[in-house]
Amino acid sequence: MSRDPLVEVENLEKHYPITEGLLKKQVGTVRAVDGVSFDIGRGETVGLVGESGCGKSTAATSMLRLEEPTGGTVRFDGEDITEYDDAALKRFRRRAQMIFQDPSSSFDPRMSIGESVAEPLRIHGLNDRTRRRAVVEDLLERVGLSASDADRYPHEFSGGQKQRVAVARALSVNPDFILADEPVSALDVSIQADVLSLLDDVQSEFGLSFLLISHDMGVVRQVCDRVNVMYLGEIVESGPTEEVFGNPQHPYTKALLSSIPRPDPRKRGRGIELTGDVPDPSNPPDGCRFHTRCPAVIPPEGLAVAQETWRSLLDLRSRAARGDLDPGALADAADEPSPTPALVREAFDLPDPLPDGEAEATLAAALETAADGDVAAAGERLVEAFPTPCARQAPERRRVSPDHEATCHLHDPDLAPDHGDAYGIGVAEND
Amino acid sequence: MTGPLLEVTDLRTQFHTDEGVVRAVDGVSFDIGRGETVCLVGESGSGKSVTSESITKLIPIPPGEIAGGSIRFDGMELTDLPESDLRDLRGSRIAHVFQNPQETLNPVYRVGRQIAETIRIHEDVGKEAARKRAVDLLDRVGIPDAAERVDDYPHEMSGGMKQRVVIAMALAGRPDLLIADEPTTALDVTIQAQILRLLNDLQAEFDMAILFVTHDLGVVAEVADRVVVMYAGRVMERADVYDLFENPGHPYTQALLACLPGRGDATTAIGGSLPSPTNPPDGCRFHPRCPHAIPDCKSGDQPPLHPVPDPDAVATGAGNPAGTGAGGPPGEPVRAAGPYDDTDGAEEGGWDEVREATVSGHVASCIYYRQGYDATTVRHDDAAADGGSTDQGASGAAGDEEGGGS
Repeated sequence: MSRDPLVEVENLEKHYPITEGLLKKQVGTVRAVDGVSFDIGRGETVGLVGESGCGKSTAATSMLRLEEPTGGTVRFDGEDITEYDDAALKRFRRRAQMIFQDPSSSFDPRMSIGESVAEPLRIHGLNDRTRRRAVVEDLLERVGLSASDADRYPHEFSGGQKQRVAVARALSVNPDFILADEPVSALDVSIQADVLSLLDDVQSEFGLSFLLISHDMGVVRQVCDRVNVMYLGEIVESGPTEEVFGNPQHPYTKALLSSIPRPDPRKRGRGIELTGDVPDPSNPPDGCRFHTRCPAVIPPEGLAVAQETWRSLLDLRSRAARGDLDPGALADAADEPSPTPALVREAFDLPDPLPDGEAEATLAAALETAADGDVAAAGERLVEAFPTPCARQAPERRRVSPDHEATCHLHDPDLAPDHGDAYGIGVAEND
Repeated sequence: MTGPLLEVTDLRTQFHTDEGVVRAVDGVSFDIGRGETVCLVGESGSGKSVTSESITKLIPIPPGEIAGGSIRFDGMELTDLPESDLRDLRGSRIAHVFQNPQETLNPVYRVGRQIAETIRIHEDVGKEAARKRAVDLLDRVGIPDAAERVDDYPHEMSGGMKQRVVIAMALAGRPDLLIADEPTTALDVTIQAQILRLLNDLQAEFDMAILFVTHDLGVVAEVADRVVVMYAGRVMERADVYDLFENPGHPYTQALLACLPGRGDATTAIGGSLPSPTNPPDGCRFHPRCPHAIPDCKSGDQPPLHPVPDPDAVATGAGNPAGTGAGGPPGEPVRAAGPYDDTDGAEEGGWDEVREATVSGHVASCIYYRQGYDATTVRHDDAAADGGSTDQGASGAAGDEEGGGS
């Protein structure tokens, strides 16, 4: 790539051990961030969006080494910061600052605003009190407050004003890079716009690079040049903001965008509904991590049922394969003496019979097995009869257009030649 | 029984604090028809939550106090109902759903037991039957494997599932009115979409009215039949949801819509900040931040709610004297309060007149809609243009509106 990025994150990983008992025996791993790569150009604003629990904040804290990453490299201005010792790390921290979500908890209530803003200066060795004061007064005026506010305390400010002070504090050491983690989500809409335009002004005035982390697609769209969409510890799509928002090429991005309630009552109820919750990051699904909720999941070749039916069938398949299906409980709930295949079918909204004769035979047999109590065998049978590449292998990151990438099997011409068309997701051009 | 299910008139709720009396809700009036969804929308500190909590007196008393006004629910006056009767009402006929499901559920009891407990408080049923109902309710609110999940503890569930449990609890008494205070604010957008759809389905099934409190205009557009916009304890505008988004009357509503990302010029912020709750400004409470403020806005009391004319002025044969739409001849300034004055005239007569005066019941508390001022000053040209069509849709809103006025 021709540009010279300020920050390059490559295969960043942060795994947390799950320990048990007195001896802290490790029994599992939470893969909070699992191989994330992106870069941030000089003077560029890059967004990282995703639902809560997708690992976006962990990605942020581990790329600044506020938490030690467990793998991958982060290059800042050409140097690998994961190799830094303490002294080098402290010098690096002068160049990279952070703004947090909750402006109330990021200030010491017993320190005046002036002291708080001056604290980074003191830490980084500006020992002259009068010079510090001069810098603070100048900064407060630049973020739209007045110099005399330096002697006031955090409780005297509103949320939006406190966030302005947080911006002033981040600017105090003249950084090259600011990482803002949900900087406006604790603020009212009318104040949000205010703080966002301040960030915009500050960026052009100081020529900063920004990484903006947010769950709010509206905010990201408004301020970011490029955006990365995260799901369960991985980046599923990245590209220029207008392209990702205007022509999303991953079913997750599409669903995320369509879930945002639009401020137009004539367009209500037009969103794609995602079923279920985000899976547990300590036990992420095999294959594509989104396949358990994906409305566009690729069906087995030759299966002649509607996409929704296939989605339900796959839900049943995954649950049975995990051993997480209890026909007995279904029978109890329905006041039936013993589990029956019909109950399971009903619970998964599967039509009786399926329009596809061969599939129906397999399903009926598997449901019979499950009702007899052998859920594991039923699961195996279903997995064998209804294979999908989405559950079998992890998709590769593919280029959709220059600079726009998505990680989805729908872009693989060998796996799903036309399946994506119905979702407006095209097969990637060879490059 | 005709007429609205809930009728709030000139409600005043205040809190006695060390800094003085905070008039959190200062003369708020609105109503909700049966099976209708009304949204209370405003920024934090606007008094929307206090309004919703005043209905069943969930506000802490003291320091809180309902200082005036009336709340009529199905013909019953709630403001002077004894606590024991209120307790019967809460959860059975009026149920609440709050923002944070984590705090609503008790962490040490299984969710099924908590739902069953709610059922048994309101109905004389046995333990087994109550548990059975709990499973049915969990199933109805879309929890997969309700029969198994009924024995989960709250911490074993995700945020969206916990909110579904809270909704199941609220449904246990088959309420006529569900008060949902920011029920989706703590959830992710994909889960929010699920919960909004669920509430919509349940509303149809249980024939519930919903009072939906939110700060998010996107959510309002998704769920509301009618909308009440609040600012600093006052109603700024009341309108049918289509009117509100396509023909916003009050400068505050216009400003709120303009600063929504993805609509209008998203970088326009509303300058300034909310007024002090103990010492609100004279005149219109929004005047310090209003781009159209004139000296008349800065004195006296909050302007009464004036009818907002339809931009196309087709639907109104019902008499629409104030500020006749686009470019009515500016008459002589009339300073006296007109008949459309419901904040000063607490008696219901004035209120009903306002409702009959306009077809859609679209009113705004802005001086520009008073006779003698030029309403075109505050008209939002862009919104009127992209609004276009005037059909009110097939929603029940319009019907309820007319029925409620008599």
